[in-house]
Amino acid sequence: MNQPVIRVTDVSKKFVIRKDKSLKERLVNSRRSRAHAEEFWALRDVNLELDPGHTLGLIGGNGSGKSTLLKIIGGILTPTTGYVERRGRLAALLELGAGFHGDLTGRENVYLNASILGLSKAQTDRYFDSIVDFSGIEQFIDTQVKFYSSGMYVRLAFAVAIHVDPEILLVDEVLAVGDEPFQRKCLDRIKQFQGEGRTIILVTHSLEQVRQMCDRVVLLNSGQMVVDGDPGEAVRHFREANSEQDHALQEHTEHALTISGVRTFGDDGKQHPIYPVGTPLGVEFQVTAEHEVSDWAAGIALTDASGLLIYGTNTVLQEITPEPVTGKRTVRFRFDQLPVSDGQYFIDVAVHPKMGSDYHRIARAASFQISNDANDPGVVALNPHVEIE
Amino acid sequence: MTVASTRPGTTAGPAFSEPDTPLQRINAPRGFWRGSTDTLAEIWRYRELLGNLVRKELKVKYKDSVLGFVWSLLMPLVQLGVYWLVIGKFLGAGAIPTYGVYIFCGLATWTLFSEVLSTATTSVVFNAGLVKKVYFPRELFPLAAVGAALVNFCFQLVILLVADVIAGASSGKWPNIEYLPMPILGLIVLVVWAAGIGMLLSAANVYLRDIEHLIGVVLMLWFWVTPIIYNVTRVSTTLPRALYQVYLMNPMAAVVFSFQKFFWPQGSGTPYEFSGDIYGRLGLLLVFGLVFLWLAQRVFARAQGNFAQEL
Repeated sequence: MNQPVIRVTDVSKKFVIRKDKSLKERLVNSRRSRAHAEEFWALRDVNLELDPGHTLGLIGGNGSGKSTLLKIIGGILTPTTGYVERRGRLAALLELGAGFHGDLTGRENVYLNASILGLSKAQTDRYFDSIVDFSGIEQFIDTQVKFYSSGMYVRLAFAVAIHVDPEILLVDEVLAVGDEPFQRKCLDRIKQFQGEGRTIILVTHSLEQVRQMCDRVVLLNSGQMVVDGDPGEAVRHFREANSEQDHALQEHTEHALTISGVRTFGDDGKQHPIYPVGTPLGVEFQVTAEHEVSDWAAGIALTDASGLLIYGTNTVLQEITPEPVTGKRTVRFRFDQLPVSDGQYFIDVAVHPKMGSDYHRIARAASFQISNDANDPGVVALNPHVEIE
Repeated sequence: MTVASTRPGTTAGPAFSEPDTPLQRINAPRGFWRGSTDTLAEIWRYRELLGNLVRKELKVKYKDSVLGFVWSLLMPLVQLGVYWLVIGKFLGAGAIPTYGVYIFCGLATWTLFSEVLSTATTSVVFNAGLVKKVYFPRELFPLAAVGAALVNFCFQLVILLVADVIAGASSGKWPNIEYLPMPILGLIVLVVWAAGIGMLLSAANVYLRDIEHLIGVVLMLWFWVTPIIYNVTRVSTTLPRALYQVYLMNPMAAVVFSFQKFFWPQGSGTPYEFSGDIYGRLGLLLVFGLVFLWLAQRVFARAQGNFAQEL
């Protein structure tokens, strides 16, 4: 029977926010500062059990407690209440090169950093060539680290980190650094770790990465576990919560042409929060002019949650010249089908003259989700036929 | 490797540790009176890292300087010269035989003590980056400060021995090997006390940065209440009896006496020598020092849980 490798029981973490640090300030404000000390719960009653060989993603907005939870599991912070149990060697990649000292050479730093991460001198000797090889900076290995470019620094640090042979690996955002080939190298290595059955906990803001790499995702919000389950479900939840926030921010100013009533509609002409993949879809909005406007065009853009432009068009590109507008008009863009895969999407709407700056633009004026039964990663929904001969 | 195949699913990989290894609670509260043995075992497991941290301290300190380690000798040597000239000659403390060796017995030990305290105090704060990102026993930081200071002390010991050879050749009085255990015990007492105080201060400095400034003032005062450049006989005749006993409670006083006893044979039998029971004092100090070090470690262990968030 597989025993869990990590068990988090009722963990809460309270931070007390104080601003005074010097003796004088403390003496002068001793009574007042205690009363004014602000309490802040970074984590509230988190329970978690992780079986070996799984990859858990922690997602959530800034300040939701992801990194705090990771640090508590890593033993760097102690929880206010509750406790964490775990077994096996653990390595935490919370920050690459945390133990590097600028005045030491690359070689000296490799040995120091390796021993900080728990490798013995003999092990480091054995791995040294492979570490240097992976980092690809042989020429500079005897140069002081302070002369390294930031890329070289990160490369060397990562090279050391992956040679630590952990059973549990904690990764916090470190994959976001480095150039693209290097990032790919990091991801490949993590995939290799997965293949070897190591347990990984990953904190990241890249939801795409989460869907690709994790088989379980925990969504945290204000220190509480909101969702614990399948990556698709957690990511969907997270995006919904985000789009609600976006809607709260709407502007009200005077425009020559004003957009209102932006909505999406399906083949039944009604608006839905979720559309199945491949169904017809339209975007509709009203344009209002106080005085006659003759030079105008309307456009829409479809973006995904990360802001990537999926598709954009306007009446000029479609070679349509709309009649002058006074009062209210309705504009409709229809798509026979929208072949995008599972996820949250946004519509930006704008009205503008043929040349010049916009009359009115609303970013993320409408949002909708596409649901897809398939779990294939990527932006477009394709239907492959796989043949094996 | 394709994307789809990278999902490990529920397939269990190779077992690294035995699947029935019990889960271990991390950072378990161990109560104030227990848990020292666990920490000791943990420090022992990380001894290699401790060595590396000491090496780092030493390397970083004199990196890119031409004279390097010479600097750590120069400071006490210059101090020695100044005290010898100003106090020994100008102020006429010259009655103390081979005054230079006498001072250096005190200066060498004092330099070790003050270096441990001042570097240990800031050790945790200076390594904030590590404290916040990686787990290993935090006790290693003050201990590394002790280690680095001990290495510097070895160089000073060489100077002291050279001085002894010169003084011995000119006065015909050589250190008595019988007294050799005395400075060794003295050194142990010094390290135990310095490590204890350093550990306490390094933890306190995380919460109250004033400590690192305060320690400079305290060390200056402490220097002058330790019989380093003046002789203790003068103190015994000047101070009231009760106050003199308080004065002698200073652990550093006994440590300095123990070094003088062995390394300053020219003084034996003279009224400038401390006539009390040095072994007895050292023994008592060692017992109290060990209790203090243990208490300091318990306080440190209590405090260290919050280091990462306070830094």
